[in-house]
Amino acid sequence: MKEAARAAPANLDGVSSASMPPLVRYLDQDGELLEDQPMSDEMALEGYRVMLRGRRFDERCVSLQRQGRMVTLAPGIGQEAATVGAAMALDSDTDWFVPQYRELAGQLWHGYPLKLAFLWHVGHPIAFQVPGDLKMLPFQAAIAGQLPQAVGLAWGLRLKRDSGVVLAVFGDGGTSQGDFHEAANLAGVMKAPVIFLCQNNGWAISTTIEQQTASETLAQKAIAYGFPGIQCDGNDLFAVYATVREAVARARDGKGPTLVEAVTYRLGLHTTADDPSRYEPREMHELWVDRDPLRRMQRHLISREIVDRAALDRIEDEVKEELRVAWDEAQKEPAPDPSFYFAQVHRDTSPRLRRDLERFDRNRRG
Amino acid sequence: MAERTVVEAVNDALTLEMARDDRVLVFGEDVGVTGGVFRATEGLFTKYGKERVIDTPLSEGVIAGAAIGLAIAGWVPVAEIQFLGFAHNGFNQFVDQLARVRYRSAGRFSAQVTVRAPYGGGVRAPELHSDGFEAHFAHAPGLKVVAPSTPHDAKGLLLASIRDPDPVLYLEPLRGYRQVKGDVPDGDYVVELGKARIAREGTDVTLVAWSAAVQVALQAADDAQAQGISVEVIDLRTLVPLDVGTLTSSVTKTGRAVVVHEAPLTAGFGAEVVATIQEEAFFSLQAPVRRVASPDVPYPVQMLEEQYLPNAERVLQAIIATTRD
Repeated sequence: MKEAARAAPANLDGVSSASMPPLVRYLDQDGELLEDQPMSDEMALEGYRVMLRGRRFDERCVSLQRQGRMVTLAPGIGQEAATVGAAMALDSDTDWFVPQYRELAGQLWHGYPLKLAFLWHVGHPIAFQVPGDLKMLPFQAAIAGQLPQAVGLAWGLRLKRDSGVVLAVFGDGGTSQGDFHEAANLAGVMKAPVIFLCQNNGWAISTTIEQQTASETLAQKAIAYGFPGIQCDGNDLFAVYATVREAVARARDGKGPTLVEAVTYRLGLHTTADDPSRYEPREMHELWVDRDPLRRMQRHLISREIVDRAALDRIEDEVKEELRVAWDEAQKEPAPDPSFYFAQVHRDTSPRLRRDLERFDRNRRG
Repeated sequence: MAERTVVEAVNDALTLEMARDDRVLVFGEDVGVTGGVFRATEGLFTKYGKERVIDTPLSEGVIAGAAIGLAIAGWVPVAEIQFLGFAHNGFNQFVDQLARVRYRSAGRFSAQVTVRAPYGGGVRAPELHSDGFEAHFAHAPGLKVVAPSTPHDAKGLLLASIRDPDPVLYLEPLRGYRQVKGDVPDGDYVVELGKARIAREGTDVTLVAWSAAVQVALQAADDAQAQGISVEVIDLRTLVPLDVGTLTSSVTKTGRAVVVHEAPLTAGFGAEVVATIQEEAFFSLQAPVRRVASPDVPYPVQMLEEQYLPNAERVLQAIIATTRD
């Protein structure tokens, strides 16, 4: 893993050759600012709170999964700054969040409810029914499968003269998929207002970034498609926020897509079915534990005197209580009836499927 | 009313629907200035402009995937895949994504998307341009599969497909594109999805076909008539949803059935038709249901096409055989 360079101002329009701008960074490992804080103290604290919510949620779910109460799940532990920072740069009234499956913390910022997040991990289909008018597509388990859709959505918004932009999140493994390349290519051609946020967490299950690509960075893949690519420190909430904010401004201004590579690290498991001890060097893990984005924010919040230690403890308690309430509510959600899935195939259920359902119901009654 | 070819009828439907509904977008490879390699979209670019008639990169996966996003943004996408076999480049976007938008989102989103694709063989196209892959898509719950054989149905079924709230794969018969002519009403009309057509009435044998194979079936029915066998020809028009009722009542009447398709035999959609017939009309059957299909061999290059595809003679032999079983 390349050692991160000191922050340089992001100049997204300056990328025109294989010489990439340096990695964007605002906070060093100790939580000291290298640039002006790009958001208010209140917003920084709120961002921290949502990062913490994502972290504690994942920890709780891994524990519930180990008790046999949840299905296989993919925690985002260690990546909260990347996803929350990006979500904070959106206007949730106009902008869309298109997830893969390891960015729940960012989705929580955008408005996805905790209760549904718990239901996702028990395998309840209602979790995929993005509620109300929340501008978000459902989780996507097919690697990079969401990217062509995100580009179509962004292109569609542009054709409607809608001011909305689309944030499409995926991982380092996703950059090897045809869907990524086809989506990026079309986005460039159509000047679609989309921000491709690649969470480079170093691993695609056990596949290293060196096994994934010979490219020096993932961001530089954008050059081939005719739009800027930029790397930022993905464990630095401010760096991700500032980088994506600039990409959002470009997109809204009709200048087209940007690829943002957030360099982060998967501190947890690929999924609960994975055992990183088989492939992950211990020292690598420890190196990144030291770079934990939550701890970096805590140091910053305290050193800048935005909060004190007692306030952080209070937030910790509040988050714990929110999770308890949401999990209680999730457990009260009625189990889905099998007729639920028959009803969602088409708007008008075909006669053949209706008959199938009737047979199914008869069999169930015995 | 005017006499038109299938491809002209497709063009008629697109022209009409783009005028009627300004949410309709037509896009795909070479659909713009050129009007499509088969000219199905001819004239649309001039009439409706570059924001509604769009040439895309040669990228089938993102054509299907972007259609999903465009539909969610409020457009009504009508995408063209230049030849159906190319859809496999983006198979995930068709069968895992497009087909499941409503299902995956538990009803929050839907994809009012039509994907048009010529398919089947018999026009001396280059290698890998002529496969009959309808069964690959009929097996993906969520996707409707429409396969007209006549100009009248081509127009009415395309209008119904574009207006359908769910994704439709609309298959155009390569062999019937210009060979089949027929009367097409000038104005707006739809042919309802999921309703088969009795292309010819008969009493002794039911012959089931769709797309270009319908013409082969009709020819074979004429030949059988000359030998005193009365054949009823059913043009399925829609594979998904399947018109089980029309199939059942015909076979109940005739007691014998033959299914014809251009695709290879094994796991072709004919197998679904045969299974349905035996489930619904087993006790009316006088003989085993027969299939006439292409052999389980990859689609050949031009010099071997004619021997490969089912022809009227092979269908006639199957009809005669079933009356002797």
